[in-house]
Amino acid sequence: MIAIIDYGVGNLFSLKSSFAAIGVQAVVTGNKAEIENADKIILPGVGAFGDAAEKLRRTGLDKVVINCAQKGTPILGICLGMQLLFEKSYEYGEHEGLGLIKGEIRPITDVIPKELKVPHIGWNALDFCGKQSPIFKYLKNGDFVYFVHSFYGANCEESVIATSEYGSPLTAAVAKGNVFGCQFHPEKSGNVGLSILKAFCEVEVLS
Amino acid sequence: MITKRIIPCLDVKDGRVVKGVNFLGLSDVSSPVELAKYYSDNGADELVFYDITASSEGRALFTDILCEVAKTIFIPLTVGGGINSVSDFDRVLKCGADKVSVNSGAIKNPSLIYEAAKLYGDQCVVISADVKRVDGVFRVFAKGGRENTGLEAVEWIKRCVGNGAGEVVLNSIDTDGVKGGFDIEMLDAVCNSVNVPVIASGGAGGIDHFTQLFKSLPKVDAGLAASIFHFGEVKIPDLKAELAKNNIPVRI
Repeated sequence: MIAIIDYGVGNLFSLKSSFAAIGVQAVVTGNKAEIENADKIILPGVGAFGDAAEKLRRTGLDKVVINCAQKGTPILGICLGMQLLFEKSYEYGEHEGLGLIKGEIRPITDVIPKELKVPHIGWNALDFCGKQSPIFKYLKNGDFVYFVHSFYGANCEESVIATSEYGSPLTAAVAKGNVFGCQFHPEKSGNVGLSILKAFCEVEVLS
Repeated sequence: MITKRIIPCLDVKDGRVVKGVNFLGLSDVSSPVELAKYYSDNGADELVFYDITASSEGRALFTDILCEVAKTIFIPLTVGGGINSVSDFDRVLKCGADKVSVNSGAIKNPSLIYEAAKLYGDQCVVISADVKRVDGVFRVFAKGGRENTGLEAVEWIKRCVGNGAGEVVLNSIDTDGVKGGFDIEMLDAVCNSVNVPVIASGGAGGIDHFTQLFKSLPKVDAGLAASIFHFGEVKIPDLKAELAKNNIPVRI
């Protein structure tokens, strides 16, 4: 069973439908026991970092995610969910994240040329930077995924498993052991995205 | 690099796709779900569903259909038509729409864009403008292009973006339905005054028109069309192959 964490941020309809489409049972839940007992965990999120981090803390789900990560449960953060895995974010102030991935979240305007539009929105190609990740086992370098974001993962070189070029190589995905994160939306990236979710469901649990 | 998007637009009335659709291999050509799946499987980068229903029963039916579509396809979905309030945003977003496009609703209530952007984020709010030249000035038209609002188009679009619209669909009434190509002059004026994605609409008659669009206006992010896709005059994989040949970045 996959637990899609519901902490009052964003719309989880498409994510839930994506798992149905690949024939995997997923439940949208904010229940601690249900999340702790899940085989795999999805941490979704849209909106502002500070607000989302606060909601995770207020519900106590931040500790649940950290405990699950430590006991080896595969976790996939998506979009803002990926950003929450980092140590901190500089989106409108300074906010603490879950600290599961080393690095911080900074505005893309720090690194992209001025004439490019913000947010980075649309289909962009993945560059695996010569690395291999189990969540990309069905993909080939250069496959396209769908992005919508104005902030990105910085100073996280050791965890980067894919980048996308937008005037500068932006962090597209990260991994550290059983913790994974995608800046893009696999649930909006057609068959490529579905195959990432399928590969994540097949990731072996570390013991 | 980010790719140029190709977007088919489906007009839906009382839960059925209107305008003739001519596809082989589709058992029900007016089923929004089947058509959405067809486009999603055949290279569309995004879909726009436009609800042209007038009645509330029809609107409820549209919402049901939208949920079905969103369960079936996994590419971005924009919904427009009859969006007059934040609760209309809520209704279609809950069904799995990613973006909501407003047109007359924003003209009637200019704070709608601001309120929606604050609640759902700029990326969720699309301003769709129907624009026509009147005595040499670009004017915004409402009610499906029937009523001149007197608003100057570039100023209006800038104001909407300032209020939080994260994307612009510019539909030129002058070129719409003529199939003589997109309205490059009008698009250029808008692209030069906003820094959010601009989607060109109105006038596509063939593959060359898309090539011309992206070559002459590199700032345009996407091309939207309805009938040429529905009638199979242009197949999206062929269109994208031609764009790629012309060094225009596309997702293939």
